[in-house]
Amino acid sequence: MENKTTNILFCGTGGQGVLTASEIAALAAMYDGHHTKKSEVHGMAQRGGSVESHVRFGGKIASPLIEAGQADFLVPFYKDEHDRLISYLSKDGKDLIADLEAAHSACENKKFVNTYMLGRLSKYLNLSKESWLKALEVGFKGRFVEENRKVFLEAAERD
Amino acid sequence: MKTTLLLSGDEAIARGAYEAGLKSAAAYPGTPSTEILEYLAAFPEVDAKWSVNEKTAYEVALGASIAGVRSMYSSKHVGLNVAMDPLMTSAYTGVNGGFVVVVADDPQMASSQNEQDTRLIAKFSKLPMLEPASPREAYEMAKIAFDISEKFDAPVIIRITTRVAHTKEDVEIGERNEVPDKPFVPNAAKYVMVPGFAYKKHIALEAKLLEMARYSDESPLNSIEMNGKSIGIIADGVSYLYAKEAFPNASILKIGFAYPFPDEKIKKFAKEVKDLYVIEELEPFIEEHVKQLGIPVKAKDISYRIGELNPTLVKEIIENKKKIEKPSTARKPVLCPGCPHRAVFYALKKLKAIVSGDIGCYTLGALKPLETLHTTVCMGASVTMFESMSKILGHNKVVGIIGDSTFVHSGIEGLVDAAYNGAKGLIIILDNATTAMTGSQPNPSTGVNAKGEKTKKLILEDICKASGADIVETIDAFADNLQDKIKELMNKDALSVLIVRYPCRIIYKQKDPVPVFESSNCKKCGACLTVDCPAIHKDENGNIVLEEYLCVGCNVCVSACKFGALKRKE
Repeated sequence: MENKTTNILFCGTGGQGVLTASEIAALAAMYDGHHTKKSEVHGMAQRGGSVESHVRFGGKIASPLIEAGQADFLVPFYKDEHDRLISYLSKDGKDLIADLEAAHSACENKKFVNTYMLGRLSKYLNLSKESWLKALEVGFKGRFVEENRKVFLEAAERD
Repeated sequence: MKTTLLLSGDEAIARGAYEAGLKSAAAYPGTPSTEILEYLAAFPEVDAKWSVNEKTAYEVALGASIAGVRSMYSSKHVGLNVAMDPLMTSAYTGVNGGFVVVVADDPQMASSQNEQDTRLIAKFSKLPMLEPASPREAYEMAKIAFDISEKFDAPVIIRITTRVAHTKEDVEIGERNEVPDKPFVPNAAKYVMVPGFAYKKHIALEAKLLEMARYSDESPLNSIEMNGKSIGIIADGVSYLYAKEAFPNASILKIGFAYPFPDEKIKKFAKEVKDLYVIEELEPFIEEHVKQLGIPVKAKDISYRIGELNPTLVKEIIENKKKIEKPSTARKPVLCPGCPHRAVFYALKKLKAIVSGDIGCYTLGALKPLETLHTTVCMGASVTMFESMSKILGHNKVVGIIGDSTFVHSGIEGLVDAAYNGAKGLIIILDNATTAMTGSQPNPSTGVNAKGEKTKKLILEDICKASGADIVETIDAFADNLQDKIKELMNKDALSVLIVRYPCRIIYKQKDPVPVFESSNCKKCGACLTVDCPAIHKDENGNIVLEEYLCVGCNVCVSACKFGALKRKE
């Protein structure tokens, strides 16, 4: 973990919380002391267009963008966008598409889908729980702190 | 204790400027530079202002510098076009307090109408230019830029691109350093640019450029990183990071102080390496200069002058390939559910109007299936192009359409022009009480300033009347008679302004009862889909689906349905 860069690609459409989720993952990595870069690719995202967000942390990072075939994790919020960007995932990369379905079943309020996805992602990353919880609070600007914490922990603890 | 923040390039520039003792900042919102002023607005020590447009912003910021404080202007690349007039002559006047001009280019046009390269403007205006590659560098360069500005008595351009502006990185921040104000000493030969004085200032500017070139050569912002000698790469801005990612073992001349060029470092580096390449986005700015120095350099194919680079494309450039354009597979953006602009475009579509458009969310009216916006060139052009198009094509056929912020930016002059030159027909102002496209900034017609304080409110009706419009009327975007009113004013022998007023749904989150959908009445004709609302779609079986959780009850789709399948909820 120390010398290797972790590459996470978040994708979805405007309004789904893709940018907030990637911000929280980047914050968690930063709080754990990693050099971290996060870069978004979107046009008029707030108007429903495609949104992708690249998060890289640890090791030596130059480019803020993940190259095709180099993502260690693909965190999708929308099936079509997942399919569009699947070529970014590396051979041994982890695709979290199954978790998206689980997130939709688990979250009655769709507002918490991104928090659930972060909980799932956290299972695979060697970042401290303390950093994740702080990042959740900062990333959501102090809104729904208890609810987000609950959804995150539930997703993180599920098998 | 050290504090580390996850900052975007924009925020890092703002933070660096703040720590360098910045006291005054002015800007007009524009993606990707908007967040610079937004970040500064939170500091009580900084007089941060949204200006009416980029020209006024530049002059406001320059005035603050001449009055003796450290000052900053920020805009996107096309915004700088609007500010070119003061920019060019400010190179002659120079500064008093340090003055930094931040310009964000948008290669790949994530949200712009062209992808012009501001580096050429540094050369054209004879101003020094810095190019950070990352937020950490943006933070450092913002601080240094004020010192350089005061050292050379020149505005300093910090040129970033979307990728730098919107990348976030952990940045270790510091404390604010208060800088004493400089006295204002009247000096006509410096600040009054009449020909006699300006001629002497031009002579001085040419000498200053030579001095700055020497400084550029000595600056640690231009650094040689020697590695393997078979490939040598000269790269600026974020291109440096792409080159480093793609060729970790190549030697690199990293350009940070980008203009004037560091000629001696370029010559020294070229001697050391076998094959010399330049990796730069957009124009061959560095490449042409290296060639001018008589140094052989491998040029990128012209296909790479278009769009953004990335590590993969850098490899292709070095392999001497041509770029293959792939059609975009990204989803198109769309007006939000309940957007007041939709109602106007749907009415104009039914009236078969020719629409002279402008820059804002409403530019989306050009896309299928609405397809009811026929020109977009630059801020304010809707009104002026309407003036001539309506004369030639008939004022009962052409409508000009512009948002509230854009109208204040540069639509007012167009309206005065149209009235003065006897134009007739209808101009619609879409007043959603915000600058929506760039993320809901206030503007003079909202009566709120950049700090969120109440201020004097520009009354659109009054300014339209004062500009010479014969008829000025106001209507709710969802009024039943919207289409009739538009038709009436298009056909009047007068110059009319119709202000269509309804707040942006991103700010005003009112949800009204959603329409009743009676599927038994639905003929699946698809008429409701032509309003292009994200809340209605056809499922895989061809059935119409109204997503009630997205719908806010604007009922524009109801007016599209002839068969009573969609009904207003009583």
